[in-house]
Amino acid sequence: MNAVLEDDIAPAGEAELADAVRAARGPLRIRGGGTRGLLNTIEGEVLSTARLRGITLYEPGALTLVARAGTPLAEIEAALAAEGQRLPFEPMDHRPLLGSDGEPTIGGVVAANVSGPRRVQVGAARDFLLGVRFVDGTGAVVSNGGRVMKNVTGYDLVKLMAGSWGTLGILTEVSFKVLPAPAAAATLTLEGLETAEAVRVMAAALTSPFEVSGAAHDPDDATLLRIEGFEDSVAYRADRLVELLAPSGNVRVERDAEAVADRWRAVRDARKLAGDGEDVWRISVKPSDGVEVARRLPDARLLLDWGGGLVWAGVAPGVDLRAALHGVGGHATLVRASQETRQRFGVFQPEAAAVAALSRGLRARFDPRGILNPGLM
Amino acid sequence: MHMPAPNPDVLRRKARIVERLAHVLPDGAVIHEEHEVRAYECDALTAYKCPPLAVTLPASTEEVAAVLRVCHEERVPVVPRGSGTSLAGGALPTADSVIVGVARLNQVLETDYDNRFVRVQTGRTNLSVTGAVEEEGFFYAPDPSSQLACAIAGNIGMNSGGAHCLKYGVTTNNLLGVTMVLMDGTVVELGGAHLDAGGLDLLGVVCGSEGQLGVVTEATLRILPKPEGARPVLIGFSSNEVAGACVSDIIKAGVLPVAIEFMDRPCIRACEAFAHAGYPDCEALLIVEVEGSPAEIDEQLGVIKQIARGHDPVELREAADADEAARIWLGRKSAFGAMGQINDYICLDGTIPVSELPRVLGGIRKLSERYGLEVANVFHAGDGNMHPLILFNANEPGDLEKAEAMGADILRLCVEAGGCLTGEHGVGVEKRDLMAVQYTPDDLEAQMRVKDVFDPEWLLNPTKVFPLDVSETRRLGAPAAAA
Repeated sequence: MNAVLEDDIAPAGEAELADAVRAARGPLRIRGGGTRGLLNTIEGEVLSTARLRGITLYEPGALTLVARAGTPLAEIEAALAAEGQRLPFEPMDHRPLLGSDGEPTIGGVVAANVSGPRRVQVGAARDFLLGVRFVDGTGAVVSNGGRVMKNVTGYDLVKLMAGSWGTLGILTEVSFKVLPAPAAAATLTLEGLETAEAVRVMAAALTSPFEVSGAAHDPDDATLLRIEGFEDSVAYRADRLVELLAPSGNVRVERDAEAVADRWRAVRDARKLAGDGEDVWRISVKPSDGVEVARRLPDARLLLDWGGGLVWAGVAPGVDLRAALHGVGGHATLVRASQETRQRFGVFQPEAAAVAALSRGLRARFDPRGILNPGLM
Repeated sequence: MHMPAPNPDVLRRKARIVERLAHVLPDGAVIHEEHEVRAYECDALTAYKCPPLAVTLPASTEEVAAVLRVCHEERVPVVPRGSGTSLAGGALPTADSVIVGVARLNQVLETDYDNRFVRVQTGRTNLSVTGAVEEEGFFYAPDPSSQLACAIAGNIGMNSGGAHCLKYGVTTNNLLGVTMVLMDGTVVELGGAHLDAGGLDLLGVVCGSEGQLGVVTEATLRILPKPEGARPVLIGFSSNEVAGACVSDIIKAGVLPVAIEFMDRPCIRACEAFAHAGYPDCEALLIVEVEGSPAEIDEQLGVIKQIARGHDPVELREAADADEAARIWLGRKSAFGAMGQINDYICLDGTIPVSELPRVLGGIRKLSERYGLEVANVFHAGDGNMHPLILFNANEPGDLEKAEAMGADILRLCVEAGGCLTGEHGVGVEKRDLMAVQYTPDDLEAQMRVKDVFDPEWLLNPTKVFPLDVSETRRLGAPAAAA
């Protein structure tokens, strides 16, 4: 369980949490495992979900799992692994990148809509999130969605809550569609590609019928493709991809399960940028624009994922990366930086005026007193 | 089903409103003669009809914005309409409403294969999106049964699904961005060719909001490379329970079919009589389809057939060629048509946890006996989305009401089992008054707050989704809940 400090508010249940929100007289900083290092940017009392813990329902035959928000991700992954299943969107672990402590929680994964390399094939955390329960800023308990895969009953607040960083409400329970874990996996590696060529290679792989579940490029290392599935199918698709990509260079195939998993964990967690001394930005763009991002940031240390659509950039402290990428499209989030830099640029990409007005309006209605992670988004 | 009385003040101003609309649109884009607007009096929920005040057919985002500005200034309710194929009455007009139809917004704006998206105007039909990219070996995954006719605008409004959702997800999982016009004429861009939102996921809440938050004029859709091939297998069982257990075992085994379709005996019989697909005469039938290269298909079907054999199937038939595959699908795809030939029917759309399948089917059987109405079941078993068809006789007075009451009971059963009222058709007017079965007042309040932000005067499709008594103060123009 994540540590609860003496001064933290740590309700043991949903009703108690709702009471705590109603009783709050000032801002609340919402904490799951605290691994994303957000709390130092906002003020207020810490409200921890650490005691909202446990898997409340898991039906492997229905591909459904429901858990309280403070449940450690590791506990959920272990329960799934025991049945040969997994969270398909491959949530990253921020600890290596941010040097943070604590245990990532499933509620934190949802609140930040955290996804990894497989996002490019199967979708994000929000795409597998079937239902939420949360306490809004007035202390009302709200349920939306449920535990079934197809549900269009009323508005989809499930998507809205995913990636809302606790600013619309405090998640108490989340339900997911899960998928079978594959029997086999392989990594295809190409070395020595320029970024533009690497993005072309990744596009060729991702537009093939061979179900590529990861496509990453490290300009200082190699270009990686991943395939997963039944044993024979992985072998077949690996062969076909090697054929397809042969004109771009020698393609090495790694079939050892542990080696494949390690390699993609490193991509998932952006380990290349672990340490300190740099600001780290996470940039989401049209995949082919990954090339343009790289061109505009000649001094940055880069890692491209999602076929070029996700760029992790390590830059010198205080560099205005959004200014450097002006006009490219997409968005850049400041993931690691000093307090001062975060305040100067804002963690999240500024929105167009009309969109910002809608976002502001939603926050004002879900949290009329402005007490949930105020100023974060 | 009740609809509120039309606002007499709006009806009185019809001439002026029509004139203002005609002023901002090209000739022929405003329809207001009584005999002409009748063509828009209902959608595919044909039991309910009401001609609108006027119909507008704008051909660009700017024209949509101009129409909405006029309607906003005149305080006229607006009903957005895709192709009018909603089974839930999502596009049902009120007498005081202006329809904004997207039929003329039918262009493909951009195809980008390397980045795997297509950008279209939203009046384009679902199937024609795939049509625009299939030569290059791509397709658009969501495939509602009405895909030949239904518009992308409606797909986004209802977050439409289809038979292949188990693998590919529904509309919201394949929608990257939209251009949307708010009720006051403001144009917003949400999402785009990149993945995920940089701030709040507004795109996620717009998808499935049944035309109540804005009119979506353009959409960026994810396209996928076509698999090398696909092959179905047909499995017949001696009971629904066994078929349900087989579905669960297939999923647990780690195979992810693109589709698992389920039909019960009444449905099998009707389809067989209609389409002569060669279905076995049995209690329950599954069609399971997998994708990949021939060898990959063999590998997956091998696992599936082995599991099926463990459940004593009365029939186990793998498609040997494309012809046979088409015949296996023929019966299923003609299910609704087949039922329509022999009866009037109401098609329900509840979803249940897959594990509850046998219990819910048993409950439906009991309701069928109690109401004295026959039910045929056809559904997407992999994701628990049921489509019970309640058969009734429209010429028999009181039969429709009886069928509707039974439908409501079936949906209550779905909710009690841990499921929901609607899996892919939407709430519209059809399930509006059942929303309180699934949601608490606080749950509904949270949803209505979203509409307060996007459409503070509640002019967009205001009589849908929320029970009329729940939305009344908002619709009648009381100030929205304190912000």
